[in-house]
Amino acid sequence: MALYLAQGWSFARFGARMLWPLWPFVAIIALYHGVTNDIETGGEIILRMLIAVALANLVTMTTTLNDMIDVLMRLLRPLNWFGVSTKPVAITIALFIRFIPTLIDRSITMLAALRARSAGKSGWRIIVPLTLSVLNDAEHVANALRARGGVGTKDKG
Amino acid sequence: MERSTVLIAVLAALVAALGLVPKFTLAFGVPITAQSLGIMMCGTVLGAKRGGAAAFLFIVLTLAGLPLLAGGRGGLGLLSGPSVGFIIGFPLAAFVTGWVMERVQTNVLTSSFIASFMGGVVALYIPGVIGMALILDKSLMAAFGLVSAFVIGDLVKVVICGFVTQAIYRAQPEKVLSRS
Repeated sequence: MALYLAQGWSFARFGARMLWPLWPFVAIIALYHGVTNDIETGGEIILRMLIAVALANLVTMTTTLNDMIDVLMRLLRPLNWFGVSTKPVAITIALFIRFIPTLIDRSITMLAALRARSAGKSGWRIIVPLTLSVLNDAEHVANALRARGGVGTKDKG
Repeated sequence: MERSTVLIAVLAALVAALGLVPKFTLAFGVPITAQSLGIMMCGTVLGAKRGGAAAFLFIVLTLAGLPLLAGGRGGLGLLSGPSVGFIIGFPLAAFVTGWVMERVQTNVLTSSFIASFMGGVVALYIPGVIGMALILDKSLMAAFGLVSAFVIGDLVKVVICGFVTQAIYRAQPEKVLSRS
């Protein structure tokens, strides 16, 4: 709590909002232990859960994604000693992050197109065209990667 | 090699996109997102190894702080929350789905049904329920009671996953790697 407040009021408020998804569990535990007249254990479980999640969130909120990925790559470095290249891992992470906004844009466009043309509201229908378009993209990107020297392993596939 | 790398990245991104697309609410009121459908599709489309890798990539980056999980959640806090087992279960679910898909060689629709049920429901809920029981200090049965409402939604997703995989297979059979 003090750690959160040390970063300022808005930081602490954001931290509190990050704990919000836990409320159904807190409610259920409180209810369960309220009924079984065992409020102390219930409170202990809730408190333990909240503190553990809050501490982990604190790490996330004070560390940038780049730093996290750096740590990840450093943890993977021992693989290099066994002759396993970590370069494909780095490329995969970069591609993954790059593709997320693209795919979100595309699914929103597809949903809009679907709404404009059909009376039904089921958004499930975009999944097939979305997946097919994504698989096609993957083909293009793979060719582009190969043309620029591949992902840097001896394995040809 | 390039193809696998890109496919893993792209399918992981698809899982992320499916989690952020607005929720669809079923007729009986259980809100479900398409995220676990994405996990099943990783398995049915990419097969065990690549599908598992895609789901693993998704989870690692989510834990590193990207808010990709349905509802905009992400970060290390997930590891100490009640859904920790489901988070860890994602790669396992994709792997098992792919593994079953590669071995049950009936028609694509039936195999996808069986595979996504074994992976997306059985292999996902076992670690999920255990994790929840540990964090909340409840018995396994009590923890299962908490999540049982979602099983219905996941069964619906198993059916959808089957039809989606079949549709993809019909359109471009060479893209369903678990079958080639």
